[in-house]
Amino acid sequence: MDYFFTDEQKTIKDLARQIAEERILPVRADLDEKEEFPWDIMNELGNSDMFRVFIPEEYEGLGGGCLELCLVVEELSRVCSAVAVSYAASALGCMTLMEYGTEEQKQKYLPDIASGKKIGAFAVTEPTAGSDAGNIKTTAEKVEGGYLLNGTKQFITNGGEAAIYTVIALTDKTRGARGASAIIVEKDTPGFTFGKKEKKMGIRSSATSELIFKNCLVPEENLLGKPGLGFIQAMRLFDKSRPGIGAQAVGLAQGALEAAVDYAEQRVQFDQQIINIQAVQHMLADMAIQTEAARALVYAAARHVDSGAKNVTEASAMSKVFASDTAMKVTVDAVQVCGGSGYMRDYPVEKMMRDAKILQIYEGTNQVLRNAIAMNLRKRKGRTA
Amino acid sequence: MNIVVCLKQVPGTTQVKINPETNSLVREGIENIINPFDTYALEEGVRLREKYGGKVTVMTMGPSQAEAALREAISLGADEVILLSDRAFAVADTWATAYTISRAVVKISDFDLIICGRQTIDGDTGQVGPELAEMLEIPFVAYVSNIEEIGDKLLRVRRMVEEGHEIIETALPAVITVAKEINVPRLPSLRGKLRSKSAPITTWTINDLDVSEDMVGLAGSSTQVIKVFFPQRVSQAEILEGNLENKVDTLIDRLKGTNLC
Repeated sequence: MDYFFTDEQKTIKDLARQIAEERILPVRADLDEKEEFPWDIMNELGNSDMFRVFIPEEYEGLGGGCLELCLVVEELSRVCSAVAVSYAASALGCMTLMEYGTEEQKQKYLPDIASGKKIGAFAVTEPTAGSDAGNIKTTAEKVEGGYLLNGTKQFITNGGEAAIYTVIALTDKTRGARGASAIIVEKDTPGFTFGKKEKKMGIRSSATSELIFKNCLVPEENLLGKPGLGFIQAMRLFDKSRPGIGAQAVGLAQGALEAAVDYAEQRVQFDQQIINIQAVQHMLADMAIQTEAARALVYAAARHVDSGAKNVTEASAMSKVFASDTAMKVTVDAVQVCGGSGYMRDYPVEKMMRDAKILQIYEGTNQVLRNAIAMNLRKRKGRTA
Repeated sequence: MNIVVCLKQVPGTTQVKINPETNSLVREGIENIINPFDTYALEEGVRLREKYGGKVTVMTMGPSQAEAALREAISLGADEVILLSDRAFAVADTWATAYTISRAVVKISDFDLIICGRQTIDGDTGQVGPELAEMLEIPFVAYVSNIEEIGDKLLRVRRMVEEGHEIIETALPAVITVAKEINVPRLPSLRGKLRSKSAPITTWTINDLDVSEDMVGLAGSSTQVIKVFFPQRVSQAEILEGNLENKVDTLIDRLKGTNLC
């Protein structure tokens, strides 16, 4: 289907696909098996300017928006969702900075993210604050010379590998979520260490780690925007980043669909290729319909975000929920089409099915996002604009 | 350090089909690519530029479609590209090709090193590089697998030989052909790709070079392709009859009758 991309968008998509097929495909099973962070591939992505895609031109980027980011994420995820999320999390790690940072802050950090020399990460989740993100406990006490951070962040993507972290912490713990602020913390800041590296069901070569702050002193100029707005900044960030998770889901579903079609084409049972069997045909057709519908919704939501629209919560939540539910269903069906082989680790759909589950969980569980959608639905009385 | 990289656009397949009537390659439906061996030459050129400064000029001889290969070279890091294209250059053998390229290199004049791939995957001769050096009267080293050192007007390289390697020191300017062991070519960059779309392509025709018409193209070629054909496959299997002992005896007799033993 033609989604009317510009020449530049087509170039970005094509190059992302080339990198995925030439550099990621040969190593994806190995990366998954060894649970190794894909540094070689991150470097390749950097050399090919992929991290420039989402950075403004003034900071050595290419000035793309949500849609361009989605195109890269989709193509990477079509081959390996773990690589895709490691890439996307670097964008997530600097989006608050791009939105609320001062000129000095942007000049200091963004060019290195753009070149891929450094990668970013975003940290809000804590043991007590998952869906209830307002219930964070990490504090950033204002002291002489800056903010003193104490607390533990959990399940942080790119944790331990990223050099630049946007951390949401309480600068005023008496005010709860309204006392939260976004603060940049660089790796190797004294008092900042990494805890448990998580062992996961899927996206295993991506890094997921605890961040531990013990009297970690961060200079005052690392505060992003005004103190007390951290929670709102985080919510707005996710509103803009969720189509990216949708794109990750679409890429994953696409990869699984292709693997299932390839298998059905060559697998012979009852003296025929199983793709000739109507039961299989209908499964594949449904997988294709759902994937394409998810893709259209993700692109539409990304374009909505890029249009500068004021309220994008609902559209971006819809794209994330629908695409991730689709990816889960399509990957489960891809394993089913591939039968016993599909269940084996020698075939890619087994990994894809494991990789899909997280998409329904992170960046807002699909249940929490349905709440948000329903709330907006009540506000607009179910009417369309 | 100014580097000239020579590359060729070739059919992107090993499944070559030949039209028996015209004796030429069937090009329909086959995508053209940069000769894979030449991608190592380009990569090495770009790496040297990144290390020592200067510029990388990529040159190719071919029809106007070869512009695509040059645009790709820009996306991979080439600074300037030159297309040698003229009807008069067509159907050149390696000698006439090397001669034409040598004249173009003379026109560039300011260069320290010329890098070529070890051979193309279509012609497979590996001759243009050495012929080019000969015509320019400068040193030549083939199958370079590592550039050890570049000094003032001096180049030290490791080159592959059948059972090991040699370290060779030579004066600059020089021509080298590189083996695929020398590097892993990078993928294009987005900025390079975007730049390549609008980058100017310099085209030189026979009028731009100091050559006479009888020295280039078919007229300047010392060799000519008379016929291109697939060798006929003749299979001559013979199944021996009889019991095992008889079969072995017959086989031994037959083998003795050949020059095999």
